Amino acid sequence: MNAALEARGLRKSYGGTQVVCGVDLCVAPGECFGLLGPNGAGKTTTLRLCLGHIEPESGAARLVGLPVPERAREARAQVGVVPQFDNLDPDFTVEENLIVYGRYFGLRDRAVRARVPALLEFAGLAGRAGARVPTLSGGMKRRLTLARALVNDPRVLFLDEPTTGLDPQARHLIWERLRRLTQEGRTIVLTTHFMEEAERLCHRVAIMDRGRIIAEGAPRALIAAHIEPQVVEVHGPGAQDWCAQARHLAARLERVGETVFCYGAELEALLATLGGRDDLTYLHRPANLEDVFLKLTGRDLRD
Amino acid sequence: MQRARLYAPPVPSLRFVPVWRRNFLVWHKLALPSLLANLADPLIMLFGLGWGLGAVLGEGLGGRSYFAFLAGGFLASSTMYAATFESLYSAFSRMHVQKTWEAIVNAPLTLEDVLAGEWVWAATKGFAAGAAMLVVVALAGYAESAWALAALPVALLAGLAFAALGLAVNALANGYDFFSYYLTLVLTPMMMLSGVFFPVTALPAALEGVAAALPLYHAVELARGLLAGELAARAPLHVAVLAAYAALGFYLAVVLTRRRLLA
Repeated sequence: MNAALEARGLRKSYGGTQVVCGVDLCVAPGECFGLLGPNGAGKTTTLRLCLGHIEPESGAARLVGLPVPERAREARAQVGVVPQFDNLDPDFTVEENLIVYGRYFGLRDRAVRARVPALLEFAGLAGRAGARVPTLSGGMKRRLTLARALVNDPRVLFLDEPTTGLDPQARHLIWERLRRLTQEGRTIVLTTHFMEEAERLCHRVAIMDRGRIIAEGAPRALIAAHIEPQVVEVHGPGAQDWCAQARHLAARLERVGETVFCYGAELEALLATLGGRDDLTYLHRPANLEDVFLKLTGRDLRD
Repeated sequence: MQRARLYAPPVPSLRFVPVWRRNFLVWHKLALPSLLANLADPLIMLFGLGWGLGAVLGEGLGGRSYFAFLAGGFLASSTMYAATFESLYSAFSRMHVQKTWEAIVNAPLTLEDVLAGEWVWAATKGFAAGAAMLVVVALAGYAESAWALAALPVALLAGLAFAALGLAVNALANGYDFFSYYLTLVLTPMMMLSGVFFPVTALPAALEGVAAALPLYHAVELARGLLAGELAARAPLHVAVLAAYAALGFYLAVVLTRRRLLA
C-alpha cells in the first residue's frame, strides 16, 4: 500500500541558513506519527514542505501518493490541517466557520450543514453551532479548528502543536479524539514538544533538531535504545555533595543547577543513600521520552 | 522559490468564488454601516463643494453646473477609495493578523485563488460605492440619461484597477501604518491631478501629461461623460488604460505576494 506521506532528502533554507537539511520521512496509512523537536528545529517548515506550501531546494515529497508541490492542491483535498495558531474566522459563528471552510473544498452548504451536529459532537461543542468565535475559550477554539480540519473527511490529518496552551482537561479531550481518528483508520502527522503527548499517541516518532532527524522509532523502542530504564531526580542544597558519593551508584549522572539526574538499570543502592536526608528531595521514576529527547537535543534553551 | 514559479502568470480559475463569498458573508453582517462609512465622506464633499463652491462658480464649466462636474469625479474617486481600503486594511487583516489566507490555502486552493477572490471582492466594494454614488447623483437630478447606467461597468473596471494596486501595496506592508504612505503620497496627489475637482486642462502642461498616466483620470473622464449622457471622446483609450492597470496590477500583486508568503 502507498505511504500516506513520503519525503526524501528535503532541504530548505531561509536567508542562507538551512532550516531543513535533508529530511526523510515515511508515514504509513493509519499510523499516528509524531515529529518532535525543540523550538526552531524545523518542524513547521517540514510540515509546510509536505503540504506543498513551499518548494524544497532539493528532495521530493509525496502526499497521499501525489507529488508535492506539483499536485499539492489535489493532495490537500484529502488532507485536514490544524495549524499551530488558530485562524478561525472571528466574524462567524461556529457553524458558519464549518460551512465556509467546506466551500473551499467544493462542498455544498447543505451537505456540510447536515454534518455539523456530528462534527460538533466530536469536538465537544454540541449545541454551540450558533456561538460566535470570540465567545469561545481557547480550548473550544482549538476543538473547533479540529472539527474544521475534518470537514472534508480527510484521509490524513496534520496537526501542528495541537495542545499547546491548553489546560489538562482540554488536552485529554483532544488526545482521546485523536485516538478515535486513528481507530477510524485515518493517518495522523503531528508536531509537538510535549513528550508525554507523543508517548501516549504516536505509534512512531522522529526527533528533529537543527533541521535533521536525529532519531526515529516507536517511543518505547527509542527509550530502550537511548536511555537507562530508571531515573532518580535529586534536588536540594546538598545535592552537589551527595553527587560525589553517589557517582559510582548510577550508570550516568547529569547535573543541572541544583538538580542531579541519575540514570541506571538498578538504582536501589543509590536510593538507600537518600534515606533520611531531609536536605534532599527526590523522585524515582521510569525513563521516558523526555529523557531521550533531552539527551539527544541537549538541555540548552532554544528560542 | 524558483524564478519560473515566482513569475509564472496566474492561471484563471473559478476557485476564487468561495473566497469572495466568505468576504461577502462578513460584509453582509454589517453592510449598512459599512456602506455609509464608504459614502459619507464623498457625499459630504460632493454636496458641500458642489452647492457651496458651485454657487460661486456658476455655470463656468462648459455650461454645466459645478455639482454635475464634481459628480463624475466623486463617483470615480469613491470607487477608488472603497476598493483601496478593502485591498489594504481589510486584506492585510485577513492575510497577516487573522491568518485567514493561511487557513484557506490548507484547503485545495492556491495563493492565486485567494488573491483573485480578494481582488474581485475589493473591486466589488468599489463597484458598490460607485453604484451608491450613482443612485445619489441620479436622485439629486444630475444623471442626464440612461447612459449614466454605463457608469456601473466603469466602476467595476476602476474597482479592479485600484484593488489590484492595493493588493500589490498590501504585499509589501509591514503593518497598517505602511498604508499611510500610499494614501498620502499616491492617492491624494492623484485626486488633485486627475480632474476630480477641476479640469486637468487647468494644470501646467507637464502635469497634464502625468494625469494622462493615472488610472483615476481615465475613470473620471469616463464617468463624467456618461453622467452627462455622452461617451467620452477617447473612451476606448480610457477603458484600455484601466484594464491595463487592472491586469498588470494583479500580476504584480501575485508576484509580490508569492515572494512574501511562499519564499
